[in-house]
Amino acid sequence: MAGMTHVLDPDALSDGARLLPAPVDPFSDVTRSDAAFRAFLHGLPGVDQVGAESRVAMLGTRSIKTTAKAWAIDTAISMVDLTTLEGSDTPGKVRSLAAKARRPDPGDLNTPPVAAVCVYGDLAGVARQALGNSGIHVAAVATAFPSGRASRAIKIADVKDAVANGADEIDMVIDRGAFLAGRYLDVYDEIVAVKEACGTAHLKVILETGELVTLDNVRRASWLAMLAGGDFIKTSTGKIAPAATLPVCLVMLEAVRDFRAQTGTQIGVKPAGGIRTTQDAMKHLVLVNETAGPDWLSPHWFRFGASSLLNDLLLQRQKLRTGHYSGPDYVTVD
Amino acid sequence: MSDRLAVRKTYKLYVNGAFPRSESGRTYEVADTRGHFLANAAWASRKDARDAVVAARGAFAKWSGMTAYNRGQVLYRVAEVMEGRHAQFCDEVAAGEGLSSSRARAAVDAAVDRWVWYAGWTDKLAAVLGGANPVAGPYFDFSMPEPTGVVAVLAPQESSLLGLVSVLAPVLATGNTTVLVTSKERPLPAVTLAEVLATSDVPGGVVNLLTGDSAELGPWLAEHADVDGIDLTGAPPGRAMEFEREAAGTVKRVVRPQVPEQDWTADPGLSRMTPFLETKTVWHPIGV
Repeated sequence: MAGMTHVLDPDALSDGARLLPAPVDPFSDVTRSDAAFRAFLHGLPGVDQVGAESRVAMLGTRSIKTTAKAWAIDTAISMVDLTTLEGSDTPGKVRSLAAKARRPDPGDLNTPPVAAVCVYGDLAGVARQALGNSGIHVAAVATAFPSGRASRAIKIADVKDAVANGADEIDMVIDRGAFLAGRYLDVYDEIVAVKEACGTAHLKVILETGELVTLDNVRRASWLAMLAGGDFIKTSTGKIAPAATLPVCLVMLEAVRDFRAQTGTQIGVKPAGGIRTTQDAMKHLVLVNETAGPDWLSPHWFRFGASSLLNDLLLQRQKLRTGHYSGPDYVTVD
Repeated sequence: MSDRLAVRKTYKLYVNGAFPRSESGRTYEVADTRGHFLANAAWASRKDARDAVVAARGAFAKWSGMTAYNRGQVLYRVAEVMEGRHAQFCDEVAAGEGLSSSRARAAVDAAVDRWVWYAGWTDKLAAVLGGANPVAGPYFDFSMPEPTGVVAVLAPQESSLLGLVSVLAPVLATGNTTVLVTSKERPLPAVTLAEVLATSDVPGGVVNLLTGDSAELGPWLAEHADVDGIDLTGAPPGRAMEFEREAAGTVKRVVRPQVPEQDWTADPGLSRMTPFLETKTVWHPIGV
């Protein structure tokens, strides 16, 4: 591999439909070769793990009450990617999930709808039909989710199929094997190819941080995904523990903040998996505000990949509205 | 030789099989009838009650799903462990209620006996309260009692062990799980009972004991949408009707208090078990 030079085809990146201005100027040369890319990624500042953990622990103690809590709950609901990714999924389940996405709490019509419904690619059409013109996005996982172990042609076909079925957001997984082996440019090229296959659909790049082992790797993978043209970076598939943790989210938020400062391009962040309670969600919102800034406090730039989180948010919302504790009998069983 | 340093106790709550401090960090002093310090007790807040309800709900499937025979064995085991703590219970009842040692011993004996009595009822309720119904049609029709769900109990304020057992055991014997608020002034026998439960075979979360003020926690439990029934025995004087009205919002089963507090030595019959049982009736076609 040494001496082999990868040169990006500039035409492949300057498609008029693409939202991302690429190649990104300050970094246009870092992907010129495997060695250069490795030097760039390994030249990123290391992450102080103890510092990251203590910072999120400190931010996690913020007390959010009354009107601020009501705002946080509604904001979090509007950021949920309501997800079902089971082998046993059926069109009926997706339709009921879509109904819940449009009207999370039928008992209170002031409850905002969620941001998107996230399903496997073959069910994207069902979700699209059920959501109609509600403005709720259809996200589909693709590229041999969750392992990503398939040849590139299969992955690209997977993406094109999901887009053809009506998905307007694609959640891809990176090739962790290649990443951990140090073949960064392979991972990069694959994201670029998938982005191209997405067409106008937004691309979320799943780093699967539970398999990346270190926070340094999370930072490198974040930069890799952003340089390759991902519109969102996403922590996990939800199939591996640990999934979304606060320190990982902190590192990713720092990455998108730094990336915008240096390129002017804003990238979204989506923690997914393991976020089950309103308190978890509020800790993430505090982290977003304090790390990336309030610009990211919108469903355009921050999402929660979750299924059971929505019910807990609704229970807390009912508690605020009625003044008494609610119970699982008052939300749907998913 | 110097005297030993006093070991001053600060007890905690019993929630989900563990002994957490109150989320609020509050404690209060417990004194005997003459005002002498006995121990510090945790002062449960509404969030502790909320967490306890979550724990009780989580434990319900397992506890109610046990065979009645098995549940009876588990409860009988609790009585065995209580018997082992007999002396400690006697001291706490004597100090908290101002009883002579012989009367305290009689109260503890009665409490253990009451527990054994309820343990024996678990596998007999279906025979006594259910049965086959003669119906005018080609159906085999039968009814059986099932537990209501999560039951909040405001334990009696005066009888700190016999009264406590008399309200707790029937709720458990019928297969419900519970969040119990102890007597505010006399919580120590309940704390010891929590230690008994933790070292017997009762699954964590089936019983959650909160030391604190029923006036503070009562409204939250009465209104809580995930609580299916409430025993108002230890409600503050004059507030039971208010709690009952709040409980009506989610059509809870309610047991009203007696004023003054009832004589706990009397035979309770089924009166404390039937309020927290639902009757399920099955119509099964014959000859199909």
